[in-house]
Amino acid sequence: MQMTMIEALNSALALEMERDQRVILLGQDIGKNGGVFRVTEHLQQKFGEERVFDTPLSESGIIGSSVGMAIYGLRPIAEIQFAGFLFVCMNQLVSQAARIRFRSAGAYTCPLVVRAPYGGGVRTPELHSDSLEGVFLQTPGLKVVIPSNPYDAKGLLASAVADPDPVLFLENIKLYRSFRQETPEEHYSIPLGKAKTVQEGTDVSVFAYGAMVNVALEAVKLAQQEMGTSVEIIDLRTAWPLDEQAIVNSVEKTGRAIVVHEAPRAGGIGAEVTAIINEHCLYSLLKPVERVTGYDTPYPVPGLEDYYLPTPAKVLTALRRAMEP
Amino acid sequence: MTIQQIDSSTIPYQILDVEGNLVGAMPGLSAERMLSLYRFMQLGRAFSNKIIALQRQGRATTFGSLVGQEATAVGLAAPLQPQDWLATSYRELASLFVRGVPVPTVAYSFRGFTAENWPGELRCLPIQVVIGTQMLHAVGLAMAAKIAGDPVVAVGVCGDGATSEGDFNEALNFAGVYQAPVVLVVQNNGWAISVPRHKQSAAPTLAARGAGFGVPSEFVDGNDILAVYDVMQKAVERARSGQGPTLVETLTYRIGAHTTADDPTRYRDPVEVEAWRAKDPIVRFQKFLARRDLLNEERIRQIVEEVEEEVNEAIQVAEAMPPMAPDSFFDYTMANLPPRWQEQRADLLRYVERKG
Repeated sequence: MQMTMIEALNSALALEMERDQRVILLGQDIGKNGGVFRVTEHLQQKFGEERVFDTPLSESGIIGSSVGMAIYGLRPIAEIQFAGFLFVCMNQLVSQAARIRFRSAGAYTCPLVVRAPYGGGVRTPELHSDSLEGVFLQTPGLKVVIPSNPYDAKGLLASAVADPDPVLFLENIKLYRSFRQETPEEHYSIPLGKAKTVQEGTDVSVFAYGAMVNVALEAVKLAQQEMGTSVEIIDLRTAWPLDEQAIVNSVEKTGRAIVVHEAPRAGGIGAEVTAIINEHCLYSLLKPVERVTGYDTPYPVPGLEDYYLPTPAKVLTALRRAMEP
Repeated sequence: MTIQQIDSSTIPYQILDVEGNLVGAMPGLSAERMLSLYRFMQLGRAFSNKIIALQRQGRATTFGSLVGQEATAVGLAAPLQPQDWLATSYRELASLFVRGVPVPTVAYSFRGFTAENWPGELRCLPIQVVIGTQMLHAVGLAMAAKIAGDPVVAVGVCGDGATSEGDFNEALNFAGVYQAPVVLVVQNNGWAISVPRHKQSAAPTLAARGAGFGVPSEFVDGNDILAVYDVMQKAVERARSGQGPTLVETLTYRIGAHTTADDPTRYRDPVEVEAWRAKDPIVRFQKFLARRDLLNEERIRQIVEEVEEEVNEAIQVAEAMPPMAPDSFFDYTMANLPPRWQEQRADLLRYVERKG
């Protein structure tokens, strides 16, 4: 069936709730309203107010109570209305959800999925567009998943729910309805921590995730036309932990690497990918690793966000540099 | 506008007065049970004193004294049933003993390790050090019990300082909105390290905070074990029978320092400490039990010796337990370690082997 990412996520949530009575959904406006982006549409009607419920406007309350519910044995899926609001519940997410296994030496665990929309390009108010995945590289115990298309979104969400530990599932706002894709109606899963080769190539490896996969694809078309470059595009899919083997295999083949993400540059996924390349395949490199990312500034106001975000043109410039003799 | 004064409603609920006289209705407790509670209070004090002594010898990590707060810690845990949950801070170790957590298991954590045999089935969350966060976990546990239709209650405990944290307020709010079967307990011991109670909130009592969330509250003498037990027993059963959450403030006092790293003479008047020492919860209960011929000097000495012996043995057991494996923290980072973590772990083990 042709589905948008919203529909694919909704389908995944419904299937998980059917499969497992322990799965419950909570968040702001997710009940009758179906979520501000409608990801949970009709789910309260279908599964009842006991399993799909609205919460007070209280992010720390959502995550903190979810920690308790997960320890009890439920499988909560919490929606934080926008990823920018994760800052409000950092303590519960990082020092509690991600650490209860550690703090109790394995006596208690927290199988919790936190879903949050993120990403720019849709003219939102302040802190509705920020990409926070880089923050969570230093929060041990938490995985970060970022799908780039409806099919992956559904399969990855199933794996996130099945994971015995907390997973932060970041959904790109621009991708929510931008295209449809053939997506099975039945249940399937895509493993966490595994990247996907979107397009094979031999000259340059481009690593991207979320909305940046399509940005990379556009840039690569231009590079092929302009320079005949053969580009390999790897969709990382799980931002943390990274699929290191996929990164190394690709760079050993191509000798050139570009990382594309919306999040700020410093200490982010791009920096970590670069470090992985340095550690495992430095001598395969023919050119320095390039990072095409957001800037190390606050995410700008809507009128300026197009300057901030990586674009096909910015990626093409990096590709040209990489291919200079 | 006048400043709100403490009125008659702010007199804490008592069953025993400071002299151990019965001034209220006795809760249903057998003589045997009362003696058991008394013993747990003594055990808590002996444990606290012992760990502080060990810390001075460099044999224990930083520790927060429990002295003066034994009635609250024991009284809040005693009414719980095995299927109930308890989420405490670091000041309620005696609550864990009441629940059955072995003393060596707790002692081991003050050697600087995490007990790898933490008895999860006892449903006591590990000691929480991030102030106030555990209150939301208690509410979540209670919400889950309600969703699952289980007759299970959760109790969360924090101190007076924690009531200023957002999580305390969010916990009360969630408890009220979802009518969660939870009892939220504030051990008001007067001090959050060096900051006195009146600088945490202008509310006449911390129990009064419940009203704004639609959560009924109780204000109880935290040095009166019978009063704490009685209030908790009723609140726990109220929760179990579907009548929702309760906020309980227990008025007590931190006789010791905040922790072994703290020097309270810098910020508080010794006269105040002495006044509270005169309200000692153990002495109060002792007087009551002696008047009922359940205790005498000889029996008290025996119990004190017994619990000191129990603590000493527990320390021996804890000190004989092998240290955690150097790489064990990898085990508890996540269920299945991806290659990156396996490599880091192997690297650490190589370092341990060659010391470099």
